[in-house]
Amino acid sequence: MIVELGHFALVLALATALVQMLLPAWGVQARDRQLMAVAEPAALAQLSLVLFAFLALMHAYVTSDFSVETVWANSHTAKPLVYKIAGVWGNHEGSMLLWVLILALFGAAVALFGTNLPARLRANVLAVQAAIAVTFLLFIVLASNPFLRIPPQSEGRGLNPILQDPALAFHPPLLYAGYVGLSIAFSFAVAALIEGRTDAAWARWVRPWTLAAWICLTLGIAMGSWWAYYELGWGGWWFWDPVENASFMPWLAATALLHSALVMEKREALKVWTILLAILAFSLSLMGTFLVRSGVLTSVHAFAVDPRRGIFILTILVVLIGGALALYAWRAPRLQPGGLFAPISREGALVLNNVLLTTGCATVGVGTLYPLVLEALTGAKISVGPPYFNLTFGPLMLPLLAAMPFGPFLAWKRGDLAGVAQRLLAAALAALVALVIAYALVWRGPWLAPFGIALAVWIIAGAVCEWAARVQLLAAGADRVWRRARGLPRSAHGTTLAHLGIGLTLVGIVATSAWQSERVLAMRAGDSTEFSGYTLAFRGVAPAQGPNYQEQVALFAVTRSGSPVTELSPAKRLYDAPRQPTTEAAIHVAFLSDLYVVLGDELKDGSFVVRLYFNPLVRLIWIGAVVMALGGALSLSDRRLRVGAPRRARGAQAAHALSTE
Amino acid sequence: MATGLPTTLRLCRRPRSCPRRAEEARPRAWLDLAEARHRRRLARQGRWPAVGGGWRWRPIDPSRAQRNCLRRRGAVVAILACAVLTLACRPAGAVEPGEVLADPALEARARHISQELRCLVCQNQSIDDSNAELARDLRLLVRERLAQGDSDAAVLAFIEARYGEFVLLRPRLAPHTLLLWLTPLLLLAGAVSALLRRSRRRLATAGGQAAPLSRAEQRRLEELLKRSAR
Repeated sequence: MIVELGHFALVLALATALVQMLLPAWGVQARDRQLMAVAEPAALAQLSLVLFAFLALMHAYVTSDFSVETVWANSHTAKPLVYKIAGVWGNHEGSMLLWVLILALFGAAVALFGTNLPARLRANVLAVQAAIAVTFLLFIVLASNPFLRIPPQSEGRGLNPILQDPALAFHPPLLYAGYVGLSIAFSFAVAALIEGRTDAAWARWVRPWTLAAWICLTLGIAMGSWWAYYELGWGGWWFWDPVENASFMPWLAATALLHSALVMEKREALKVWTILLAILAFSLSLMGTFLVRSGVLTSVHAFAVDPRRGIFILTILVVLIGGALALYAWRAPRLQPGGLFAPISREGALVLNNVLLTTGCATVGVGTLYPLVLEALTGAKISVGPPYFNLTFGPLMLPLLAAMPFGPFLAWKRGDLAGVAQRLLAAALAALVALVIAYALVWRGPWLAPFGIALAVWIIAGAVCEWAARVQLLAAGADRVWRRARGLPRSAHGTTLAHLGIGLTLVGIVATSAWQSERVLAMRAGDSTEFSGYTLAFRGVAPAQGPNYQEQVALFAVTRSGSPVTELSPAKRLYDAPRQPTTEAAIHVAFLSDLYVVLGDELKDGSFVVRLYFNPLVRLIWIGAVVMALGGALSLSDRRLRVGAPRRARGAQAAHALSTE
Repeated sequence: MATGLPTTLRLCRRPRSCPRRAEEARPRAWLDLAEARHRRRLARQGRWPAVGGGWRWRPIDPSRAQRNCLRRRGAVVAILACAVLTLACRPAGAVEPGEVLADPALEARARHISQELRCLVCQNQSIDDSNAELARDLRLLVRERLAQGDSDAAVLAFIEARYGEFVLLRPRLAPHTLLLWLTPLLLLAGAVSALLRRSRRRLATAGGQAAPLSRAEQRRLEELLKRSAR
């Protein structure tokens, strides 16, 4: 019964979204305030209906109702509760519903918190938001209904065991929050195009939403990478897999959008470009969702399993992306160009950021889609793998990273490069010292790696330098520094943290790619081996029983120069349903570096294959991502960006009026 | 098209760690069916029943090798289709102790080459990461060629000749991949030239000056100046 109610609520949500799409847009045309005001209650109603549908589906999962097809196909009674809940979005149908739920959530947030938006803009934004919801709800109701009934089954087929993991349970919701959060930027861009005007205020409204989406994307991607690192069992953290690329492209576009919206907010330049970027960022999210969910990337055949779905997906992509781009082509030329700036200026630096980020994004996109297109056109099958991306994407990011410390130092409109270089002298010295130390400490590994470390230190020190200069860390007394730090807008602290995070991540990437050590050997109980300064004594393997799996757990006693360090227990699991083996790596963390032990197969002489990895500074990759997200959050809490800060908003308008020269 | 393997001896492997084996402990109806099918397939390939395990040299008659090669081409397509279904893509590090070459320099080269080759069973994994049977065969083939003194490029070419361009994770620079390799450069050049043209044009039209204020802006400016003067 609850399932049918959920299904009904979903259809009602579709009807509500239709109302929310049509009436406010008509109201804007007819200048009817009452029609425009329909948008807010409709958005809230849509949220409650979709939420009800989602909870109904979750109820079916939690109670293991195997008369529902998706529950039967993806759940199992023996699964722990948290994975029953996570199972809701661990499959195509449920994840689409989660997608729409987050979309409705963002729409309702605009309705609730956007009270200071001009009525016309708000009505348009909510109408566009509803248009996206309509296409997705139609898709769910017609082609991927999660509430379909089947004759009741006694037991479900279970969730893929490698997905039964805490990090992966919350990775999709975070990633989707990022994807869907960009829909707000998209809706604002389309609304601006419909109205035919944008200004600094528009950018100020768009930025917090984009920032929120960017934070979620950053954390979501980092969580996925972290999961791959410890769960897939060979210590890799990024594979340039098409599915990863599908989430990385929106991140690159959103990062570019954050920076170009900054120019638009402060200087009213790059208007047309920012709008295009807002459209592109969400288009990439849409594409990412579908590429991942339709399975078109891993296998072209998965698309043909249900041709209706494939065609539906393509139609949605064409309607939303094509429609927005057509509107852009038609209306963008009418937008007034903004302020002028010299090439060497804050704006110039942000333009460089945008050029490199979007080129990088396009490179990743081409690398991901080229094999598909080539096969469709000529039938030739090629693979584009990590070597391609390392060769193309890497060099594109180098100038961006090298130029990063300069950006925040440069003045708006016209900057003084020599002056900035002088102020960055300390950072350059730090980088040089890092280079020398890296060469002195490690001889092995690629000769370029120390330069990578130096680049990362340059970024970190540059971010710190900029912050120090702002609070006059060296020139003033402690109380003065404290006062200046307090007085600094939080977004400035946020910038410093986010740039610092990039540097930390880069240290982790370079160190672990260049200096990872690895050993594969066969060990029998009682053997011990030396590895990266540790001594690992293999005590043996014992069977154990988990809630829905059996496992073989190995025990390693780890010592370092005679004193015990830790005990590590890597395991091999065999899940009950579906019957599928997984490897559980055991990781010992020693100052941001990981000793990573994997238990392999048993050999016929009774010994076990054991894989040992030492990943230096690998933790910094994710710590850096978290620091980036923290920076974003800090910037989001800036009162200037907080929704409803009227006094400052008026000040900014005055500044804008003055700055138009 | 390959004309069979160059040696009449080929490394063949007994199904020692057949992934489905662990499931024999608790048979189920549908599993038994799959198991039986799996065994039939192995038996067809002469790999079942297993006597002991490990690697051994086995003579192969050339006609059969050629047939195998042809079958493998077809098999690739079949494998791709059922890649998701096979249990072979168990995620875990791949290289096994027995495979490692004694010469560290040669082994390092082998690892490097392995990272450039795609596993045909586990899509999106290099043969270095995959522990599918086919990936293991390829890893051993790479090491065999290296031990015979082939250069890295020769090994890659050897494998490409047998398995098609699809195995190369780094596509060759050829007419059909020109666009792939040149896109980043073209985009960057396009963006830079567009920026230069735009800034030159705007400087020319504005003469270095911004557009004059509109009447509304003028009024607002006066109001602001008045207010700030007060």
